[in-house]
Amino acid sequence: MKRFQSCLRWLLSAVLFLCVGPVWAEDTQSTADHSKFEQLQEEFETGPEVTKACLSCHTEAAKQLHKTTHWTWAFENQLTGQTLGKKNVLNNFCVATATNWPRCTSCHIGYGWKDDSFDLSSEQNVDCLVCHDTTGTYKKFPTGAGHPNYEPKKWPPKKGKLRQPPDLQLIAQKVGKPGRSNCGACHFYGGGGDGVKHGHLDSSMHKPNRATDVHMDSEGLNFSCQTCHTTGGHEIAGSRYAPKPSDERGVVIPGQPDQNRATCESCHGSEAHGEEANPKLNSHTDKVACVTCHVPKFARGGRKTKMWWDWSTAGKKDANGKPLVKKQDGYAVYHFKKGDFTWEENVVPEYFWFDGDVRYTLFGEQVDDSGVVPINRIQGSYEDPDSRIWPFKVMRGKQPYDSKNKILAVPHLFGKDPDAFWKSFDWGRALKAGLMARGKEFSGEYGFVETEYYWPITHMVAPKENALGCVDCHDRNGRLAGVGGFYMPGRDRNETLDLIGWLMVLGTLGGVTVHGLGRMVSNKGRSS
Amino acid sequence: MAMVKLYAGFERFWHWSQAALVILMLITGFEIHGTYTLIGWEQAAEIHRFAAWTLIGLWAFAWFWHLTTGEWKQYIPSPMERILAMVKYYAFEIFQGKGHPFHKDRSHKHNPLQRAAYLGLHLFIGPAIWISGLLYLFYGDLGGIGLEWLPLGAIALIHTGAAFLMLTFLVAHLYLTITMSDPAGADVKAMITGYEEVED
Repeated sequence: MKRFQSCLRWLLSAVLFLCVGPVWAEDTQSTADHSKFEQLQEEFETGPEVTKACLSCHTEAAKQLHKTTHWTWAFENQLTGQTLGKKNVLNNFCVATATNWPRCTSCHIGYGWKDDSFDLSSEQNVDCLVCHDTTGTYKKFPTGAGHPNYEPKKWPPKKGKLRQPPDLQLIAQKVGKPGRSNCGACHFYGGGGDGVKHGHLDSSMHKPNRATDVHMDSEGLNFSCQTCHTTGGHEIAGSRYAPKPSDERGVVIPGQPDQNRATCESCHGSEAHGEEANPKLNSHTDKVACVTCHVPKFARGGRKTKMWWDWSTAGKKDANGKPLVKKQDGYAVYHFKKGDFTWEENVVPEYFWFDGDVRYTLFGEQVDDSGVVPINRIQGSYEDPDSRIWPFKVMRGKQPYDSKNKILAVPHLFGKDPDAFWKSFDWGRALKAGLMARGKEFSGEYGFVETEYYWPITHMVAPKENALGCVDCHDRNGRLAGVGGFYMPGRDRNETLDLIGWLMVLGTLGGVTVHGLGRMVSNKGRSS
Repeated sequence: MAMVKLYAGFERFWHWSQAALVILMLITGFEIHGTYTLIGWEQAAEIHRFAAWTLIGLWAFAWFWHLTTGEWKQYIPSPMERILAMVKYYAFEIFQGKGHPFHKDRSHKHNPLQRAAYLGLHLFIGPAIWISGLLYLFYGDLGGIGLEWLPLGAIALIHTGAAFLMLTFLVAHLYLTITMSDPAGADVKAMITGYEEVED
């Protein structure tokens, strides 16, 4: 009986692992078995030691990575001329990376970015394993500035689970192509937790089902991220900073100079609906993005995404004087470190004309605090042939700003020093330190301003039977009720014409009724 | 009185299939317009589009038939005093029990008002609907014929306006053709059988 129970337990956990466990790629076609490599037979103490071993064969890898946004956290937008990237932009989640480096850079593809002195030219500080681990056991420690923990360590500190250090030798010997979970280790948890930031990328995408993502469906097409985000020399196609709302290249075939497949059209073409489909669908593609109909909702994988973050309420204590945390459905709706949140799943996106031109409110730029401050602004219009109606997650919230200088503030949140907000809960000190780190004087006056941040939705493409139908938009109160600049059947009408038209029809109906009654009455009068 | 064949087989087929298509397109068209929800927007649009092509095909045959048989002459407008006589009849005389000022025969099967109304229907309402309808249908390709400046709102305005005229015509047409013949319904019957009793 006992044996049966243990068998059952083993079987259950195996099934559970297979069903919900993250997936790392298993490369069965590689011509190299890294476990046979001499360079990888040593007991590695640290990540950079592994990198050194990798670079002894892959001589150009680090140089390639140094050119990527994954490494620099800086991005020059050619279209707008703005300098973006995690190093530079502000958001309305944890706001900014400056002064919070060791926490934020646990998602950097390097080791040791703990302050401004980080050497971006160091080859040995490139982290090969975070992308190329196939065992699923390599994890950067959340506050380790990109390093995993090399000693057993608790997370969260004190009360949390003990994390064992990764077996670097084993991991190095089993490296391979990145799987969904390598990318997902950071991209599914952006904003500080599962599904927080994007809403269309969360832990359900480790092994999504067909309904969640028809391309990544682990039982079906089972795409990896790179199937679309094509790579070459460690450069990865597709960028949220410079998105491509329309792609007129047609289906990308071998031999073409541009092999970027990070658009729907690069595989499906711009007239993707077949013979069996409604012929009108293909005539929508010049104005409506594929994802507008084919990602009918986001956060569809059973995880909620954060939709509202109000920093102004952070720092509260409960009746017993203990830091306050409130949870609903397992999601924190208030956290003393961060304020109030709202979470949603199966969220209907908001729709806007979009031409790929995204302009950020850069650090130091004056903001108009009389209304909602846009973290970024999207452009586009009906008249522009390159614009498409595109779905967005609009992240809203309240965040600190220098209310005298009218600039968005950089809060120094993380750290052991008394200026850190999560240490002393003193906004004045935290903002002063944060602004100073980015070279701005804090006026001493702060407030909280409402902000909004537009996130184009691209992932979680639904199977075609779950795509939007005509009436979802062609309706008086349909999804595109707020998208202007054009006439849409079913939504729009000329009210004057409708009034005249119905008066004419009803007038005629009334007229013939009266005429008929008149004839009946007069006939009766004559015959009696 | 004699039974005379007023309406040829094709004419009757044309009339009733056109009637069915027009009614179907009014029902689906106003759903597409957002006036009500009945069978679902997508289905309404598909039926509307299918019916449109069918009706255009039918119109092509009808034009051919009218031109080759000379029946188009049935729509040549009557002199104004004869139209006014009809108006006077409908407006006053009918209530006084006076006789109909028009007597049909083989070459005059429509009264002067009908002639004017049907001419307007064929030359104005019909073309307004199908020209605007085709522009509507091929809106995405208007650049190919140099009409990219034409806003969809304007096309829709003409199309909807013509649809209101068609619906108004239908109401009046039903009342007049059903109740104005003697006995009531004789005209409808004639449009089914082809034959109607006319005075010698």
